[in-house]
Amino acid sequence: MSVDSPAGAGNVAAAQGAGRVRPLGRPRRSGGGGGGIRGREGIAGWIFTTPVIVLIVMFLAVPILMALWVSFSNWTGIGSPFSGDVKFVGVRNYKFLLGEDGLSRQNLMQSLRNNFYYVLLVVPLQTSLALFLAVIVSRRRLVGRGFFRTAFYFPSVTSSVAIVIIFQFLFSGSGAINAIISALGKHGPDWLSEQQGLVHVVLDRLGVHTAPAWLANHYVLGQSWWEWLAGPSGAMVVLILLAVWTTAGTFMLLFVAALQNIPSEIEEAAITDGASSWQRFRMITLPMLRPTLLLVLTLGLISTWQTFDAQYLLGGALANPSIVTPAYLSYTTSFSNQQWGQGAAISFILFVIIIVLAAFQRWVLRDRDDELLKRQERRQAKEMRAARKASA
Amino acid sequence: MNHHPSYRVGQTRWSVTIATYVALVVASTIYVYPFLIQLGTSFKTDEDATAHPLNPLPQTWTTNAFHELAQVDFPRWFLNSVVVAVLVTVGRVFFDSLAGYALARLHFRGRSALFGAIVAVMAVPSVVLLIPKFLVLNQLGIYNTYTGMIVPLVTDAAGVFIMKQFFESIPPSVEEAAHIDGAGPFRTFWSVTLPMSRPALITLTILSFQGSWNELAHFVVSRDKPSLNTLTSGVATLVSGTLGKGNEFPLKLAAALLMTIPVAVLFFIFQRYIMRSAEGAVKE
Repeated sequence: MSVDSPAGAGNVAAAQGAGRVRPLGRPRRSGGGGGGIRGREGIAGWIFTTPVIVLIVMFLAVPILMALWVSFSNWTGIGSPFSGDVKFVGVRNYKFLLGEDGLSRQNLMQSLRNNFYYVLLVVPLQTSLALFLAVIVSRRRLVGRGFFRTAFYFPSVTSSVAIVIIFQFLFSGSGAINAIISALGKHGPDWLSEQQGLVHVVLDRLGVHTAPAWLANHYVLGQSWWEWLAGPSGAMVVLILLAVWTTAGTFMLLFVAALQNIPSEIEEAAITDGASSWQRFRMITLPMLRPTLLLVLTLGLISTWQTFDAQYLLGGALANPSIVTPAYLSYTTSFSNQQWGQGAAISFILFVIIIVLAAFQRWVLRDRDDELLKRQERRQAKEMRAARKASA
Repeated sequence: MNHHPSYRVGQTRWSVTIATYVALVVASTIYVYPFLIQLGTSFKTDEDATAHPLNPLPQTWTTNAFHELAQVDFPRWFLNSVVVAVLVTVGRVFFDSLAGYALARLHFRGRSALFGAIVAVMAVPSVVLLIPKFLVLNQLGIYNTYTGMIVPLVTDAAGVFIMKQFFESIPPSVEEAAHIDGAGPFRTFWSVTLPMSRPALITLTILSFQGSWNELAHFVVSRDKPSLNTLTSGVATLVSGTLGKGNEFPLKLAAALLMTIPVAVLFFIFQRYIMRSAEGAVKE
């Protein structure tokens, strides 16, 4: 399953969403049933699940442990990382990345900064575009609903490689976007080569050509405040638009399904009460969409920290450091620079970031299902106990 | 207070309807036009592509891009993608439904712990597994082999989940006749429950095929032999323009077009299954 590509977002959404529906119907068969059949079932249960268990252990658990070892070693990619020549170096790789001023930390911090601005813009934009599209395709008596839904969803099933090529063409120096800009009498840049942060570009236009000393001379984790506040580069803006354009369709479907779950009587009652469409959207639709909204926001938050495909595809040719993300940096650090220890360490740093965000997701969503389901389960258990007592 | 005049409601409806259609037309233009440009530009010459980037119609039609693609191993990439996607899909559908069935129906010690582990696996971000996967493939000696490209992709916790959910929606009573006939768990699964699971199987097949067809990152870390390039990793070498001379946009766009066709066809045939699987996430 590819979680990193925008196209994969739907699968995750489906799976995660499915995970939120816990069947309450069938109570667990309690002990005491025929021992022979249960014994046979027990063996079958493990046989049925063995292939999946073996695959998960071999291609998930073991690799993670191997990479954890490599992140604490000085392996350079030659021979096996478990041979005698490879030494344990403690937290040295992590220190280079986080604690010590140098190229490694500078690169990691820039990639975190790039990715931060990417998340900051993609998540709200894709969520609001998805919601907007969902609301307009969900209108009653809409001509061509199928066509519009298909059009908006289609990029979600297309390969990230194909999408990147299309955007590379649209935003090239002589591409369609610049053709539109020239028609408006302006001159567009070579988008994907742009490295300067947008905040810097705007300040430059306003006459601030050099960084003010109070921003330029104060450093956090090896970068000055001036650098931290640079904003996304023109090249990154293209990747932001690409992500929004590609993923909005997936999330639109989530919103469409949620909109269908809103009982039409509520809407009708509001119409009879004379509420305008904006009031109805603001006071009825939006509050009822809250769970889906949170799901979409947090799914977006997690997937945008994993962006790799576009960086890999454009990274080599452009050599533009303003689009590098931690995921891509861990790849180049390992595969191109042969600094496998540091590359693996970057992976784990990213892992921690994403796990923290996933925990945040659970916390945000907790009141919706967990508590509701627990309450429901408790009630069911109570009823069953009562029923059993009554029949005994 | 109920004095809202009905004509006002009618008026807002009209303006809102017009605004909706305007918004839909603008949005769908933004969504469809890039694909039209892609389609048209793949039949253009390089000069034409540069000179008229907004016009999807070529000045002079040429199929040069497609001839050139045949020269750069494109057919080989296509074949590799077919082999990988088909085998990954078959593997996923079979193993996921087997495990999903056990987790939904069979009672065995450790079942809920196992289920918990599978849910935890779904939370592992795939992109941090890039280096770990390379390490294990290298250690096992299956780097640069079809085995290394295919088997790790068969691992699919989300698919197990989808199948488990579906099997739980089938009433257990349908299996009783089989139990009475003395059929074992596998017979019951294979000849009673699985044939009833067509919608879930189709959904999983499409998701798996689409996922492995579009997969890029795994083929970046599981091989570096050119002859093992899939469409994604092969076309990726075109993006960075290693072929030299000019921007070659017609060539790249033609490659992107050809690699999109199989999933597009699948998408249009099974659209409602794909859409339903995404919608399922929200349904209570």
